[in-house]
Amino acid sequence: MTFELSHYNAALLFALCASTVFGITQRNTPKDMFRYGAYCFVLFAGGVIVASWLMWLIKH
Amino acid sequence: MANPQNPAAARQRIVESEASHPLAKIAPLAGWFFPGLGHFIQRRWIRGLLLMLAVLILFFAGLGMQGKVYQFNTGSLLDMLGFVGDLGSGLLYFLARAMEWGGGNIHRAVADYGTKYIVVAGLLNVIAAVDAHHIAIGKKP
Repeated sequence: MTFELSHYNAALLFALCASTVFGITQRNTPKDMFRYGAYCFVLFAGGVIVASWLMWLIKH
Repeated sequence: MANPQNPAAARQRIVESEASHPLAKIAPLAGWFFPGLGHFIQRRWIRGLLLMLAVLILFFAGLGMQGKVYQFNTGSLLDMLGFVGDLGSGLLYFLARAMEWGGGNIHRAVADYGTKYIVVAGLLNVIAAVDAHHIAIGKKP
């Protein structure tokens, strides 16, 4: 069994799963859980994009 | 009379509630043993299901990417920590070891991601187990 993912998709899948757990465990109400999970997901995914551009700028 | 704002009194209340509630010890153990089980036994069905899916997806995606499952070792610090992280997955870890999954593949860059997926699945499962404990002692609704 092998699983093919691009690097970006792997980062997004990681962000989704980690954000789900962070949202549920770090907040008390369903609304806050969703908001915090979404916040973590945006930070994870946004961090990947920012880091990618930084590496591109360093290379060029 | 105990002051409700007193930290010592608050700690005492938590210790008493831990001692009085039978789920305080069972829930985190169940949550560690299988992802989400600590929430299921407290009837937090949706939270348990989402936690279970998140950990299972990370763990099996990691295996699918040919990530490595660490064995007990006394080698480098990172290898030892990797073993501790993997062990957080509970039953999934023992299943992977028993089935000899997770041999790793140093020729694939994505396999290294898979190794991290498996470690993080274990660490997230520990966080979920602690959350189950907090629910059991009444610290969280």
